[in-house]
Amino acid sequence: MLNRPLLCLAALLGLTASVNAQEKPQVFTGAQIIPISGAPIARGVLVVAGGKIIAVGAADKIAIPADAEIHDVTGKVLMPGLVDSHSHIGSGSGGDGSGPIQPETRVLDSLDARDASIQKARAGGITTVNVMPGSGHLISGQTLYLKLREARTVDDLLIKLPDGTNAGGLKMANGTNSMRGANGFPGTRAKSAALVRAEYIKAQEYRDKIKRANGDAEKLPPRDLALEKMSEVLAGQRIVQNHTHRHDDILTVLRLAQEFGFKVVLHHVSEGWRVAPEIAAAQAPCSVIMIDSPGGKLETKDADWRTPAILEQAGVLVGFHTDDPICDSRRFLRSAALAVRAGMTRQGALAAVTIANAKILGLDARVGSLEPGKDADFIVLSADPLSVYAHIEQTWVEGTKVFDLSRPADHLYAVGGAGAGDSRRAQLCCFTSAGDLIANANNGGEQ
Amino acid sequence: MKTITRFSLLVTWLIALGGAHAENIAVMGATIYTMAGAPLKDGVILLRDGKITALGPKASVKIPEGYRILQAAVVTPGLIDAHATVGLSGLLNQAQDQDMLEKSSAVQPELRALDAYNAKDPLVRWVRSYGVTTVNTGHAPAALISGQTMIVKTFGRTADEDVINPAAMTAVTLGRNGLTNAEGGPAASKSPGNRSKAVAMLRAELIKAQEYAKKREAKDESKRPARDLKTETLLRALAGVQPLLITANRQQDIISALRLAQEFNLKIVLDGCADAPMVLAQIKASGFPVIVHPTMQRSYEDMENLSVETAGKLQAAGIPIALQSSYEAYVPKTRVVLFEAAVAAAHGLGFEAALASITSGAAQLLGIADRTGSLVVGKDADLALYDGDPFEYTSHCTGTIVGGIVFADGAH
Repeated sequence: MLNRPLLCLAALLGLTASVNAQEKPQVFTGAQIIPISGAPIARGVLVVAGGKIIAVGAADKIAIPADAEIHDVTGKVLMPGLVDSHSHIGSGSGGDGSGPIQPETRVLDSLDARDASIQKARAGGITTVNVMPGSGHLISGQTLYLKLREARTVDDLLIKLPDGTNAGGLKMANGTNSMRGANGFPGTRAKSAALVRAEYIKAQEYRDKIKRANGDAEKLPPRDLALEKMSEVLAGQRIVQNHTHRHDDILTVLRLAQEFGFKVVLHHVSEGWRVAPEIAAAQAPCSVIMIDSPGGKLETKDADWRTPAILEQAGVLVGFHTDDPICDSRRFLRSAALAVRAGMTRQGALAAVTIANAKILGLDARVGSLEPGKDADFIVLSADPLSVYAHIEQTWVEGTKVFDLSRPADHLYAVGGAGAGDSRRAQLCCFTSAGDLIANANNGGEQ
Repeated sequence: MKTITRFSLLVTWLIALGGAHAENIAVMGATIYTMAGAPLKDGVILLRDGKITALGPKASVKIPEGYRILQAAVVTPGLIDAHATVGLSGLLNQAQDQDMLEKSSAVQPELRALDAYNAKDPLVRWVRSYGVTTVNTGHAPAALISGQTMIVKTFGRTADEDVINPAAMTAVTLGRNGLTNAEGGPAASKSPGNRSKAVAMLRAELIKAQEYAKKREAKDESKRPARDLKTETLLRALAGVQPLLITANRQQDIISALRLAQEFNLKIVLDGCADAPMVLAQIKASGFPVIVHPTMQRSYEDMENLSVETAGKLQAAGIPIALQSSYEAYVPKTRVVLFEAAVAAAHGLGFEAALASITSGAAQLLGIADRTGSLVVGKDADLALYDGDPFEYTSHCTGTIVGGIVFADGAH
């Protein structure tokens, strides 16, 4: 059955295809394109090259490069790759049980790039994601913004900022999750806020000492990993991603953000509907979770699907998140659809899984809409993105296909079944498994 | 402010009271899925005294004077959730509203759902607001034998008024969730600590029940055994009147359930069955129905291999199925069977079979098809009204009718 020449041929085919994907412009024709940045285009054309979007528009307005590889996606829907502003894919971690404030911990040092949950997120059309530590701390660590490229290690997933650092935020939480009442953890809400304020005051002093030292090594305070990161928050370079449910907890977050002048995004926001004007006045974006029923914990007993609509009407920037594994990454679009069911505009709901979340992560210059110059991150769907009957057929990140429903290995991650919990057997070029190669050769190689 | 709140509470209360009787209703539907024949276009259903009294095309059904008229794009039978814990596992998830699992022992078939069901829990109203009119609810799949289930209508009055079968099934769990070292399991009990012990314990209990039955037949009354609630419940399982609902997700646990059924000539209902595609032939040969795990349940531990396509594969193999909301320990505190069926519909089960899995098929599986699950003259006036395809995320349930009582909590 398994013969060597066939294997070599397959390897060659696979390799050729992936090299081509990088070099030749790729053109997608015939689909309804939802660019998010503008009105839907009935029969649009998308041109990508070098991992970037070159052009997008109506068929009669876009010139197709002569050497382009054409993908006929007639009858499909094409839209930006989804951005998930709060997830736990990749089995990452942050602070441990030793104390409530651990900004020095990084998801970076814990993420399994081959965890099945990451391929499931690709199957759900997610191309950019904020992977967070848990909510059991006041400050639980540094979050990591990732692009879901094909990956061998976490390094393949990172988003590098212009200064060379890794993009990410700082996870904070208030309310009951961090109120463990032992080991230095707070037992009340007032204590929670006092501990956070004290930490920010320490960070201010640390920052000021560095400023006063004016480069004099003798006067510099010893390096402090925690306060370094807090200083980035104070300087507005790192966004606080703050877990919060109850309306009073939401107001506490806004109060502290105002006192210390940090940029904050409210996460979950179960009772956001109670304080929409206050959130709008503070210009705090919200990343909302859509859960199938209220309750399950006291703080979410009054959670309401109308929250996104109410926040939208109040003028708040609204995104959604999976909080995977709380909601399944493969059903992320369902959050947008349920919000529409409860009164949100279709436009707002689609933005909430794309450009709004890109803004929430400070990455809107690169992702979240189909515009020339942005990263070539997009998905191809079989039907309208808000329909239960729509299947995500392809996910592309920076011009490379990372998920294809027609590939048996990808189909498994999309629908589940035996083996769908196993680590990703990465498929491209140099680390393709023998089984995939045979299947690939039998199908005449990659499209 | 306070006065207004009190007044509005009073109004709500009066409306609730005022609505709490079966009305004479004519439901006009652009599409009516009767689940007893082809869908009816532009049809009318008449409801009187809590029953369906007439049904047919608009032209052929005369609406009597004084009937309240309701209109909907789509009308279906009231939805049936074949396995839930609503009413026992309350919304708050605090000790005072969690009655789905008694942790003092691993084997407690004597626990009745009727003695714990809280008809007023907000989650009962929550599932009703999406069209659910009947629920098979009770003790959670989290101990070897956690207790019984009951079949109840979602009127939200009291357990005794709303119940239609107080002792429907007895909940057995094989696999990791049924072991004492499982998270949330009965810590007070040392056993079962593994799969072999679990099945050995079940066999011992069933043998004990068989012996008890024999002794109860003794001519000399003084030699008859004292009443034992535990054994009485298992006797009903042996007699086939109150089947064991065996939650088994790993293929070896499914096979264990079938082996047990054969040994004791039991009628069982399989539940969960994440690994079902691996043992389709065995399930099919057994003839037992499957209440398939919720399509959106999280895949880990025994549920690792679950798939959104499993319901479709079971259906295609000719195995009777129903869908369920199952038990959730955290958030969401309950799933909604409508949404679980929707995902199955989109992944191989198809629209009609998915709808059957939460209406007529579920009714047959639960043994209540004579009174609900399809729209037929003489059956209970249990209906769900939608403004579009019920499975579409963006459609709304615009009304739920339970036994002729209209519950319209808004467009859900």
